[in-house]
Amino acid sequence: MTASVRASLMITCLGDMFFPEVGVAIVRLLRRLGVAVDFPPGQTCCGLPLFNSGYHDEAAAVARRMIPLFRNSEHVVVPSGSCAWMVKHEYPGLMKDAGLRREADELARRTWELSQFLVRVVRKTRFTSAVKGRITYHDSCHLLRGLHEAETPRTILKDLQGAEFVELPASDECCGFGGSFAVRLPEVSTAILDRKLANVEATGAECLVACDAGCLMQMRGGLSRRGSKVRAVHLAELLTDE
Amino acid sequence: MSEPELATPLRQRAARALGDRFLKQALDIATTKFIDLRRDAFGDFPEGEALRDRARAIKEATLQSLDRYVDQLVDNIERLGGHVHYAATADEARAIVLDIARASGARMAVKSKSMATEEIHLNEALEAIGVTPVETDLGEYIIQLAHERPSHIIAPAIHKTKGQVAELFAKELKREVPADPEVLTRIAREELRQKFLQADLGITGANFAVADTGTVVLVTNEGNGRMVTSLPRVHVAVMGVEKLVPSMTDLMVFLAILAKSATGQKLSVYTTLVRGPRRAGELEGPEDFHLVLIDNGRIAQLAGPLREALYCLRCGACLNVCPVYRQIGGHAYGYTYPGPIGILLTAMLNGPRSVKDLAHASSLCGACVDACPVRIDIPRMLIELRKEVAEKGIAPWSERVLFKMLAHVLGSPPLYRLAGPIGRLLQRPFTRGGVIPRLPLFLGEWTRTRDLPAVAPRTFSERWSALALEADHAHTESAR
Repeated sequence: MTASVRASLMITCLGDMFFPEVGVAIVRLLRRLGVAVDFPPGQTCCGLPLFNSGYHDEAAAVARRMIPLFRNSEHVVVPSGSCAWMVKHEYPGLMKDAGLRREADELARRTWELSQFLVRVVRKTRFTSAVKGRITYHDSCHLLRGLHEAETPRTILKDLQGAEFVELPASDECCGFGGSFAVRLPEVSTAILDRKLANVEATGAECLVACDAGCLMQMRGGLSRRGSKVRAVHLAELLTDE
Repeated sequence: MSEPELATPLRQRAARALGDRFLKQALDIATTKFIDLRRDAFGDFPEGEALRDRARAIKEATLQSLDRYVDQLVDNIERLGGHVHYAATADEARAIVLDIARASGARMAVKSKSMATEEIHLNEALEAIGVTPVETDLGEYIIQLAHERPSHIIAPAIHKTKGQVAELFAKELKREVPADPEVLTRIAREELRQKFLQADLGITGANFAVADTGTVVLVTNEGNGRMVTSLPRVHVAVMGVEKLVPSMTDLMVFLAILAKSATGQKLSVYTTLVRGPRRAGELEGPEDFHLVLIDNGRIAQLAGPLREALYCLRCGACLNVCPVYRQIGGHAYGYTYPGPIGILLTAMLNGPRSVKDLAHASSLCGACVDACPVRIDIPRMLIELRKEVAEKGIAPWSERVLFKMLAHVLGSPPLYRLAGPIGRLLQRPFTRGGVIPRLPLFLGEWTRTRDLPAVAPRTFSERWSALALEADHAHTESAR
């Protein structure tokens, strides 16, 4: 069935600027699975940082630009749960015009976080891990509680060949990122992160997986600062051919 | 009313709390325990989810016709011989209670735990007219001894370890006291017993008031609520007007989920139902009963952006699961109501200016929504408050300029495309092995404790044309 699937990558600002290797991994992975991938030009950011800080007119303007870019996309794949949530959950409400709103609803229906797309659309759950050894998973808040998705990342990780998946204690607790929260109340953000990383280290995992660029930035930044051996990676970086 | 904690900015208040290792220990133990107890309570209760939906629906419907239910409640309480007072503001509410206290001739008032009386700063006002307030809930008793404020909606002394409580008691009683909760409770009980008998005035909050029966409902665990409502000559209950429920059947729905959400109990130890003053032939109960209904900003939100916050049952579940509350505790928030719901209530009671910084004291993780018995969408309303703070010019101009600039860049692909090259240029002096360990200005707030990833040598957008060719290449290969 995958032969006919087409998907557009919504790279997101953090993915574009800081984690391009994640985007590259996704494109190659999806192509190997027979998905025709394109990257509609003119993408910037989903507008979530503006929205969450209360700049809704500005976020709506960004959304109005983004929506038409994906007009012809069969599916839209997003490497971050939070950005996928923004598109699926908030874009429609930001559109005052009925026509745009309909288009936003349409886009919302066709937008998937990567793990969801793999499991629910491509129906591919079995991969070989690029990293051998023990891995664990952090539930990003927007994917878990925003999109109510705890399942698809675990479906993939539990079946991942060459890696041993262990649950992270309190995996559903926030990593302390929260966008501008991380610099508005950096001490609190860091205290929350410390708690998360202590749990990560207690698992004995060599690799911490997340499906959100924001969480990755926070957790990777904390791990590297404390000189930890644990690597924080995006799900896409782990998945090689079966 | 001035809040002494607010002299220091939120960030410093939070940092101070983070540096208190006793607080950290106390919060960690208590919130973890509450979380586990709540999870177990609902785990054993399959009808819980449906009841939560039903409770929410009751709240929605009740608030639609609140005026009608208030009239009904007033009629019923008056028919029972009680008095109902309506206070538009905290000042009015305080004045009403003080009038009742003066008229009763009371010198001492025993109180059961009540956030509403905290909200109107009643204790200081009672002292000022020569009425000694005595808190009889163990947690409240502890913080009254310590001259502090509650730091949690249902566990006011959650911030204290048992060792600290023992020290406090020892200082007060001038004798050795072991750090044993049972002994500490016994001491408090002995101290309080006399007060119950002496006091002429009993002051309580109320968890609910039932409109069609005129019943005021108190949910407690220590039995002190029952003493406060039955021993003194006069009983005053103080309640936010939104806590009204239409019927006893509705009440049962809330009772079925309240204690589970709060402490993980199936029901609290005591559920006290008060219907007016003592009637002829009854052996106990007050001669005089008053209910003070407080508006204090609530009614305006019936049609306002914070409407859903009026559904709150004050169970405290959102505090226990909040990653921010769990780190800094209640006092750092600076107002009567702490935690995620507390930010909304603070805005409701004190206006949007009061939450300029507090509205941002959340990572918007949404754990509160899942824990809330009536599923209040707290993050949504925090975002609404941030919007108000931004749009009304309450946020600092520097922040507003920064976000407008960001919006400008994100709205323009040509400008956005420059971000990669400019970022790479600017980061050059700061980058070490692909990460940035230290940056100036507000980005330094990030790098003080975390490395920042450097802007990639080539952004994804810059790599796309080569990637697109890969596909064409593969396509030609496979076609060959």
